[in-house]
Amino acid sequence: MKHLLNSFILFALLGFAGFVFAEPAVVVTPSINKGDTAWMIVATVLVILMVIPGLALFYGGMVRAKNMLSILMQVFVIFSMMAILWAIYGYSVAFTEGNPFIGGLSKLFLIGITPDSMAATFSKGAYIPEYIYVAFQLTFAAITPALIIGAFAERVKFSAILIFMFIWFTFAYLPMAHMVWYWAGPDAYTDAAAGTTAGATAGFLFQKGALDFAGGTVVHINAGIAGLIGCLIVGKRIGYKKESLAPHSVTMTMIGASLLWVGWFGFNVGSNLEANGLSGLVFINTLLASAAATLAWSGAEWIIRGKPSMLGGASGAIAGLVAITPACGWAGPMGSIVLGLVAGIACFVAVTSLKSLLGYDDSLDAFGVHGVGGIIGALGTAVVASPALGGTGVWDYVANGVAEYSMSTQLISQAWGVGVCLVWSGVVSFIAFKLIDMVIGLRVSEEAEREGLDISEHGETAYHM
Amino acid sequence: MKLITAIVKPFKLDDVREALSEIGVSGVTVTEVKGFGRQKGHTELYRGAEYVVDFLPKAKVEVAVADQLVGQAIEVITKAANTGKIGDGKIFVANLEQVVRIRTGETGDEAL
Repeated sequence: MKHLLNSFILFALLGFAGFVFAEPAVVVTPSINKGDTAWMIVATVLVILMVIPGLALFYGGMVRAKNMLSILMQVFVIFSMMAILWAIYGYSVAFTEGNPFIGGLSKLFLIGITPDSMAATFSKGAYIPEYIYVAFQLTFAAITPALIIGAFAERVKFSAILIFMFIWFTFAYLPMAHMVWYWAGPDAYTDAAAGTTAGATAGFLFQKGALDFAGGTVVHINAGIAGLIGCLIVGKRIGYKKESLAPHSVTMTMIGASLLWVGWFGFNVGSNLEANGLSGLVFINTLLASAAATLAWSGAEWIIRGKPSMLGGASGAIAGLVAITPACGWAGPMGSIVLGLVAGIACFVAVTSLKSLLGYDDSLDAFGVHGVGGIIGALGTAVVASPALGGTGVWDYVANGVAEYSMSTQLISQAWGVGVCLVWSGVVSFIAFKLIDMVIGLRVSEEAEREGLDISEHGETAYHM
Repeated sequence: MKLITAIVKPFKLDDVREALSEIGVSGVTVTEVKGFGRQKGHTELYRGAEYVVDFLPKAKVEVAVADQLVGQAIEVITKAANTGKIGDGKIFVANLEQVVRIRTGETGDEAL
């Protein structure tokens, strides 16, 4: 999904000389293209691959062997639970018209959606089947809560996690998705007056002009800050900085990171909702930013710590993917490389120095990678989207051309997105964690934590050797 | 009879086994163990978190030999497991009071 300016959206077609500006409104017949539909089915499957098993293995490899299954199980069940909640009320609350902060209840239980229902894309007249749109968005709603668990891995009750995810999904994820992504669709922008009317129905941050192509704010900053609040409230793991809490299998982490990397093409390119030239740009941007961030993290680690580690390489790739997520539809390839390099180094510093300095135990660096990388990506979008720096600028759906671009104005819009997300998700998370802690308690007992969550929470062992 | 316990580098295990076979030792027991001596451990770094690994993996070879073989056994183990670098390991020798072959009930040197 993308997101755009009040009455503009960006559109790419870089290097397409001879743009026709201010074309008169064209009458278009809404239609569904089989190519777009096929691509969106594949993209949805790719995002599912990111969660199960991608994220599960990425995180699982980083915990001690006695907690491996707890991570796999948390990701697996959160994914399933969010899927059901999405169908019951999530889709309606996020993606139907309501007020700027939250959608309506008109599509509860997916009511009224049929195989013939259509969902808008980013081109006038081009639609995809709504069921596929529902499923694609479902995968985003499912991966985001699962990202959070990395911050407080190895010490929280399974039941507490599930209750938290239910509250957070309802009061943080759905409003954020609505604020950033909900709009009436390109066909509503027929002329200036219609554009203003349609613009007023869009989400709050959409109206502010905050750009978020595939979820830099909605997914990554949102999950990152929730994780940070979580690990602060839950407290450090027993033995933090005293005992070895080393990853039990960096091999698994590498497999997970690779699955995430591959799946991310569904996440970012699929967010274009169509299979066209812009999809090609998003694809190359996603690939280059992650490669650049891998090199940046590994290089920084090599220089500062003496050895380039596999865990560092895998972490760098994810940091780059996170950072390019909001920018991938507006950046140019070279801008993406620069964004990746910056994100790789910044996230490296965040997880190796900042975390120790501030003394919180974000076990698997949900905030250090997703929060920090997400913020860099969201703000960086304003820079790399600039046509002067090889970006595409932002599309004006009324004028049917690229709008004039001001980096400083865009940066302010982006800062709105980051700020609202940090505060909103932070407050919801704080209340939810405190509430759960008072009612059932967040942490397992010391004995259970020492024994490992696999046995104490799930009654099984990952490895029999 | 003596019980010889040798702690050696894991990759030297095959050489030690062959050397013992050559002098007529007919059985050994091998265990994967961890420990430290003068070599100490090393440090590992995971996303900035530094862990000191005190215990390094070694192979423990236990072999029971008749008195007349002890000197020779120590000699071949020392030769086979030697790399000249720190961490080559140690050999411990202890008196062995009795040995019984479970299948036949033989005892002492007969059971070796």
